[in-house]
Amino acid sequence: MNFGFAVPDYARPSTVDEASRLMAAGDWRVLAGGTDLYPGAGSGLAGPVLDVTGLPEFSRIVSGQGLRIGAAVSWTSIAEARLPPALNALQQAARQIGGRQVQNAGTIGGNLCNASPAADSVPPLLALGAGVELVSAKGSRRLPLQEFLLGPRRTALLPGEVMAAVVIPEAGLSGRSAFVKLGARLHLVISIAMVAARVVVDKGRVVEAAVAVGSCSPVAVRLPLVETALQGASVADAIGRVTPHDVQAALSPIDDVRATAAYRRAAAVELVRRALAEALA
Amino acid sequence: MIRFTLNDKVVEVEAPPTERLSETLRERLGKTGTKIGCDAGDCGACTVLIDGAAVCACLTPAARVAGRAVTTIEGETPELTRLRASFHTHGAAQCGICTPGMLLTAAGLLKRNAKPTEAEVETALGGVLCRCTGYRSIIAAVVAAGQGAIAPLVQGAVGAAIARVDGTAKVAGDSFGADEWPEGSLIVKAIRSPHPHAEFRIGDLAAFRAKPGVAAIFTVEDIPGRNAFSVIPPFADQPAIAASPAKFRGECVALVAFEPGAEPELSDFPIAWAPLPALATPEQAEVGEPLHPNRAGNLLIEGRVIKGDVAAALAGSAHVVEGEMTTAFVEHAYIEPEAGAAWMDGDTLVIRACTQAPGMDREDTAAILGLSMERVRIIPSAVGGGFGSKLDISLQPLIGLVTLKTGRPCRMVYSRHESMTSTTKRHPAEMRGRIGCDAAGRITGMEFEGRFNTGAYSSWGPTVANRVPVHVSGPYFTPAISAKARAIHTHGPVSGAFRGFGVPQGALWQETLYDRLADKAGIDRLEFRILNALRDGDASATGHVLQAVGIHDCLLALRLHWQRAVAEAKDKPGRGVGVASCWYGCGNTALPNPSTIRIGLSPAGEVVLHQGATDIGQGSNTVIAQIASEALGLPLSTFRLIGPDTGLTPDAGKTSASRQTYVTGRAAKGAAEKLRAEVLRRANAGEGAILRLEPCTVVVADRGHTTRIDLAGLVPDVHGHALSAEASYDPPTKPLDQNGQGAPYAVYGYGAQMVELEVDRALGTVKLLKIIAAHDVGRAINPMLVRGQIEGGIAQGIGMALMEEYLPGRTENLHDYLIPTMGDVPLIESLIIEVPDPEGPFGAKGLGEHVLIPTAPAILNAIRHATGAEITRVPALPHRLHLALEDKS
Repeated sequence: MNFGFAVPDYARPSTVDEASRLMAAGDWRVLAGGTDLYPGAGSGLAGPVLDVTGLPEFSRIVSGQGLRIGAAVSWTSIAEARLPPALNALQQAARQIGGRQVQNAGTIGGNLCNASPAADSVPPLLALGAGVELVSAKGSRRLPLQEFLLGPRRTALLPGEVMAAVVIPEAGLSGRSAFVKLGARLHLVISIAMVAARVVVDKGRVVEAAVAVGSCSPVAVRLPLVETALQGASVADAIGRVTPHDVQAALSPIDDVRATAAYRRAAAVELVRRALAEALA
Repeated sequence: MIRFTLNDKVVEVEAPPTERLSETLRERLGKTGTKIGCDAGDCGACTVLIDGAAVCACLTPAARVAGRAVTTIEGETPELTRLRASFHTHGAAQCGICTPGMLLTAAGLLKRNAKPTEAEVETALGGVLCRCTGYRSIIAAVVAAGQGAIAPLVQGAVGAAIARVDGTAKVAGDSFGADEWPEGSLIVKAIRSPHPHAEFRIGDLAAFRAKPGVAAIFTVEDIPGRNAFSVIPPFADQPAIAASPAKFRGECVALVAFEPGAEPELSDFPIAWAPLPALATPEQAEVGEPLHPNRAGNLLIEGRVIKGDVAAALAGSAHVVEGEMTTAFVEHAYIEPEAGAAWMDGDTLVIRACTQAPGMDREDTAAILGLSMERVRIIPSAVGGGFGSKLDISLQPLIGLVTLKTGRPCRMVYSRHESMTSTTKRHPAEMRGRIGCDAAGRITGMEFEGRFNTGAYSSWGPTVANRVPVHVSGPYFTPAISAKARAIHTHGPVSGAFRGFGVPQGALWQETLYDRLADKAGIDRLEFRILNALRDGDASATGHVLQAVGIHDCLLALRLHWQRAVAEAKDKPGRGVGVASCWYGCGNTALPNPSTIRIGLSPAGEVVLHQGATDIGQGSNTVIAQIASEALGLPLSTFRLIGPDTGLTPDAGKTSASRQTYVTGRAAKGAAEKLRAEVLRRANAGEGAILRLEPCTVVVADRGHTTRIDLAGLVPDVHGHALSAEASYDPPTKPLDQNGQGAPYAVYGYGAQMVELEVDRALGTVKLLKIIAAHDVGRAINPMLVRGQIEGGIAQGIGMALMEEYLPGRTENLHDYLIPTMGDVPLIESLIIEVPDPEGPFGAKGLGEHVLIPTAPAILNAIRHATGAEITRVPALPHRLHLALEDKS
């Protein structure tokens, strides 16, 4: 007996126009690397599915007036690209998202659209002042990342919209950054907490600091008090200016199977210091 | 139609575009070498290469490979060829379930980095989980393959580090439970309880049965035999399919068989649930409603060992320490979820599935299905890890029922979630007590009480409750002891057998208290253990006067390493060194435990070994054959192995309790000696004769005289052998009396491990630097397999100490439930100690469980040495260690 299978609607457009038209015409699940969509699925994905990995514009890293990273660029591509030191944190995160298998398939846009509070890409991108470019049949729009991520598994994507790229402004490309991840094992681990820090140093003083913490609030956050305190600090004094109060003021961690909220609060302070130390080194 | 290149051949396949590539490869293209461990990208077992890049096939839409080149384990590339050879000779494949994923990931690495360093291998392969090897042999094999320094194949019998006899299959993608099924097999799915305790009512089945693709539905009403099983028959209490109420989350309450090709959909199965209050902890359960009649206070059993006057001994001690230890449910997390197929062969129900205990599967399945034993045949598939959980039946009666009732073949594969929720766990333990010593540091007495959460059904709870008091003294002379362990039912997952049967939990309590006691007595912690180590002629806690005791030698072997490590750790903040020991009795505790082996010479002139011991990765296929080869005096190259298969092999018992090398090894030695004696008798040759096989002939050379026995000319026996012999062996033990006094085992194995680590005080994290493990195996039948067991056991001990905690409803997958990855197992140095046991084959003792026992307490002891923090609850997750460090400061 052969029951066959329900062939889901599936499309893999090759131009952004085609993708936009399709998006306007149907209620699609957007598929990129698949690393977040497949867990929990049956033998295949329930359709209709729009595969965005066939779009050249989505799959490139382009520099000039900042940096544009296509939404379907894989973690391996990001890790292996020649990028300015401001993106060290993003590249370090790229090497710690899942194992090599997940890094080869998983994409930066997928990681953001999945909107996990533990998404490793978010603190580095927040520290770069990144935004996202969303396209639909009506055109494209840009949002700062903090306005795109609304909460756990919630984003500002509207029906018919798909993320085309992550955009890093020119200003974000200055300085150096570092990423520190904390988990109960070395590989394949969902972060208990993670921190990205980017610093711009001029004549031995911090002229700009961007620090972001993940897994310690519904959406990863920048630490404005810490950043302000670091302004003008000498490289030698910078770490000393990080206070538990300034770090923890921005955080609202929870207890879960990985750690307690109290531990996350304490660990975040230490991770901020370590990320800064590495970025300043 | 998807067109792509698969292993250098262009193929076309009709598949839904977003079907998982793993599904397409296995179900439509027959490439079952791609293994499925989790369907979530958490384990890497399904790794394939797409245009040379490693990806999880389970996360890849089939349409994505159109026009591209896919390499699976069935393929061949220059890198794969080298890696296969290297994995084989380095012992990098044990059970073999992760091996295809490891090999392909490594092949991807070698393609972009021809000569990777250890660190590069560890990072590149970090996305593939292995539960058997402890990863070190895998790292070594990949580095060696890159450098063209692949270890050569070794020949020989007892004592030779030969490659596994089934190793070639392992590196080619072996055939596990999910990998073979008869054409037209129904697909079986289980309906399971989403609640720990709940009434349920099944609604209109007729409507569900009428849905397209549904072939049949079975409930508790359909069980033809006795719907109660247990690994220990007098405790039989667990139904194959439960009647209302369900007693644990994950319990099977109905089965649906789907036609092949149908997409199994269970979300609209007509069942209504009404959750009931659940007893989550032994504390609640001891005062709650009994889960089973006649088990008041939910007490399944209490095991005890009482010797001497412990109160007086402690009162008269110079130093006494008191302490507690709490452990968690631990999941076996083998990478192969339960899987198998069933079919009828005439009147015989044949079940091919992963298992550690074909004989017990046969008995239980026959009883549940109301069949005579003769009508059930169990053929174990290759087993992708077991560690104790695959001793219990899981899907055997379920697929048996479907085939028996429908007359059609069927197959069933558990999802990762299903495997984790429905099968057994390590018992969580709450332990407390006191240990004393005299002014010189000699142990005077021990008082121990443990409460073990045995979950909803009996499983191996009685064994754990009995093993713990017998072993909780550790391998140390303890003149007075009172040790009691209670197994308490809760509405938790069924706690069963897991590498060590409760002994690892007890050792965590005892060995951490020993460090505190040594400090009180002012004696170096290793020297304190050496001082108290059991010696030949000492009586154990059960009053058993011991022989061939190896613990003293193991501890002495660590002494120079210890002194070096302690000196290195001095004045280095965060650095610590810890040590702990183990002992473990091999085989059933004071119960019959026989194995039988048959060996024959075929008319064609080969040795045929009917080897019924199930090899779950530990290596019994190889070790039993090595023993037989040595005893028979014919090389392994002349051997052909049959089995295990209850239709073809005599019962070699279950693969548990570290018994196969010793017990089945003795049977193999006995059978081989008998066969040799028969050959020598026919040739009228003496003991020292040399045998040689030629086609259809065995040649016997004795003191210059050569006799040829024409095997083809002899009348074959019922098994088709020209000559054959069979032997059984049952360990001589003495029952335990009501105070636990007796000789419960005939052979014990011993070991001690030393851990060097660094604690990150600010974060409460631990970095393991090195582990040195000294294990007395009596005689290393195969030193490479011994090292493989040591490294694999240590990895599980690391998990138990630092990260593994199964929480029903919360950590039912391999990303919330953490097991060590390739980056979490440090360098391991194995020191193989051989104190031959006169009872063991060629002196050999068991090893499989011993190796896990010392690791976790040695880690806790090293943490205390490094920081002063006393951890009394495992796993020592970062937040728990951080809290302990804060309490300390």
